[in-house]
Amino acid sequence: MSSTDKLHEIRAIIVRHKRWDLVFMAAGMFALMIAVLTFTVLFAQMIIDGMPRLSWDFFTSFPSRRPGSAGILSAWVGTSLVMLVTIVAAVPMGIGAGVYLEEYAPKNLVTEIIEINVTNLAGVPSIIYGLLALGLFVYQLGFGQSILSAGLALALLILPVVIVTTREAIRAIPVAIREGAYALGATKWQTVSDHLIPYAAAGILTGIIIGLARAIGETAPIITIGAMTFIAFLPPSLVQTEFPFLSFEWLTSPFTVMPIQMFNWVSRPEEAFQLNAAAAGLVLVVMTLAMNGLAIYLRYHMRKKIKW
Amino acid sequence: MTAKSPAEISQPRRLGYSYRRNLRERFIEALLFLTAFASVAITLAIVVMLVKESYEFFQHVSILDFLTDTQWTPLFDDAHYGILPLVSGTLVSSAVALLVAIPLGTIIAIYLSEFAPFTVREIAKPFLELLGGVPTIVYGYFALLFVTPLLQKIFPELPGFSLLSAGLVMGIMIIPYVSSLSEDAMRAVPMSMREGSYAMGATRFQTAIRVVMPAAYSGIAAAYILGISRAVGETMVVAVAAGMQPNLTWNPMEPAATITAYIVQVSLGDLPHGSIGYQTIFAAGLTLLLMTLSFNIIGHILRKRYREIY
Repeated sequence: MSSTDKLHEIRAIIVRHKRWDLVFMAAGMFALMIAVLTFTVLFAQMIIDGMPRLSWDFFTSFPSRRPGSAGILSAWVGTSLVMLVTIVAAVPMGIGAGVYLEEYAPKNLVTEIIEINVTNLAGVPSIIYGLLALGLFVYQLGFGQSILSAGLALALLILPVVIVTTREAIRAIPVAIREGAYALGATKWQTVSDHLIPYAAAGILTGIIIGLARAIGETAPIITIGAMTFIAFLPPSLVQTEFPFLSFEWLTSPFTVMPIQMFNWVSRPEEAFQLNAAAAGLVLVVMTLAMNGLAIYLRYHMRKKIKW
Repeated sequence: MTAKSPAEISQPRRLGYSYRRNLRERFIEALLFLTAFASVAITLAIVVMLVKESYEFFQHVSILDFLTDTQWTPLFDDAHYGILPLVSGTLVSSAVALLVAIPLGTIIAIYLSEFAPFTVREIAKPFLELLGGVPTIVYGYFALLFVTPLLQKIFPELPGFSLLSAGLVMGIMIIPYVSSLSEDAMRAVPMSMREGSYAMGATRFQTAIRVVMPAAYSGIAAAYILGISRAVGETMVVAVAAGMQPNLTWNPMEPAATITAYIVQVSLGDLPHGSIGYQTIFAAGLTLLLMTLSFNIIGHILRKRYREIY
C-alpha cells in the first residue's frame, strides 16, 4: 500500500469520526428542543384555554357549581396564609440548622448523622410528608385539617432546601472575615449574627424563594392531610379592632389552596371546569416562574457583584 | 486626664471574662443544635408514624397476603390487601418516565457540558431549572388534556387514563434533575483529562463518551438514582392522568393506580381516623418510603465514591 493510500485512509477515518461530532451536536440540540418545545406547548395550552377566564372576577369570586362564575378567591387567600406559616416555621429552623452545621458543629458522629439525614430528607417523596402531617399534626397534636397543619407540613418539606442553601452561602464567606471579627474580640454569636448572616443574606434568600416556589405548587401533602376542596368562605381575618389587634383564629380554619383548587377542577368531566383549571394553572405557573426567575437572577447578580 | 492602671488598659471590662456572656453563647449554641437536630427528629417522626400505623394494619392483614395477593381492594366489602397492583403501577409509570428522562437528560448533559457554546449553556441551564420548578399538578393537567388526546391520535385504542401518558410527562418533568446533576458531574472532570484525550487525536464525541463519561460515572449514576426516586414518589401527574383503579398490569397502555395515587384517592374521601382504610395509606406510604430509601442509599454510596476520585 502506498503512502498516499494510507493518507487517504486516515483522512477517511477522521472524516467519519468527525461526522459523529456533528450527529451528536444535532442530537443534543434536538433533546434540548424537546424540553423547550414541551414547555412552550404547555404554556401555550394554558394561555389559550385559561386566558379568556382570567379576569378581575376570577380572583375575587369563590369556587362555585357554575363554572362561569367560579373563582380562586379562597384558593389564593389560603395559599398566602399557608405560605405565611411555612415561612415563619421553615426560615428560622433552616437558617439555624445551616449556621450550626457550618459554623458550630464539631466533627463527630452526631454531626455526620445530621448531615446524612438532611440529604436523605431531600429525597423523601412529598406525599410522605403529607402522611406525617396527617398522623402527627392533624390527629396526634390535634391541629385538625387546618392552615397550621398544612403550613407546617410544607415547612418540613422545604427545610432541606433552606438548610443546604444557607450552608452554601455561609461557606462561600472567606475565613478572613471570621478571623477579623474574632481579632476584634467578637464572640462566636456576634460574628455569626453581625457578619456571616448579613453577608450570606442574598444567598439564603435565594434558597428561601426556591423553597417557597416549590411549596406553592405542592399538592400531594395538602391533599393527604385532608384539605377540603370546596371552600366558599374566607378564614377569619388576621387583624381585629380590639386588643391585641392580631387574631390567630385563622390558623385553625379549614382552607383550600391554588393547586388543590386546580386539581379539583381538572378531575371534573365538564370542559368548562377544565378551562377554569387552565386559568388557575396559568396563575400558578406564572407565580412559580416569577419566584424561580427571581432566585436565578439573585444568584446570578450575586456571583457578579461579590468580590471578597 | 486620669491615669489608668495597666490592668485596666490591657483588659477593659467588656472584654474580660463574663459569666453572662458565656452563658448566652452556650445557650445560643444549644438552640442552634436543636434546630439542626430537628431534621433528625423529623425523620424519626416519619418512621415512627408510618411504622406505628402499619403495625396496626398488619395486625389485621398478614404480611404474606400483603406481599403476594394480586388484588388491592381495601375499600370494598370483599377486601383484598395485596400491594402488588400498586407496585406494578408505580414501576411501570416510573419505567416509562425513566425511558424518557435518562436518555434525553444524559444527552442534554453531555451536550451542555462538552459541546454547547457558552451562550447556549448560560441560557439553557436556567431554563431547565425553570422547567423543573413548574408545579406537578400543572404537568398532570398537561398529561391528561394534551398528551393523552395526542397519543390517542396515534394509538386509537388508548383509554382516557393511561400509565403511558402519565409516564411520558413525568419523564419530561424529571429531565432537569437528571441533566443538571449529570452535567455537574461531567464538568467536575479535570480539563487535563480532556486535553490528554484531544492530544491523542480523539474527537469531541470520542472524548465525551470514552473519557469524560467514565470519569464522571458515579456522579451520573447518582443523578439517575435521584431521577428514579423522583419518578417513584411522584404523585399528582399519575393521580390525574393514570387513573385511580388498582390494576396488576405491566402494560403501559392501561390505566392503573400507583402507590401515591392510591394515597391521594383515600385522602380525597373521608375515612375515619383509626379505621383499616386509614391504616392502609400508611402501609402503602411505608412501602413507598422503603422503595425510595433503598434508591437513596445506593445514590449516597455512589456519591461518596465519586467524591474520592479527585
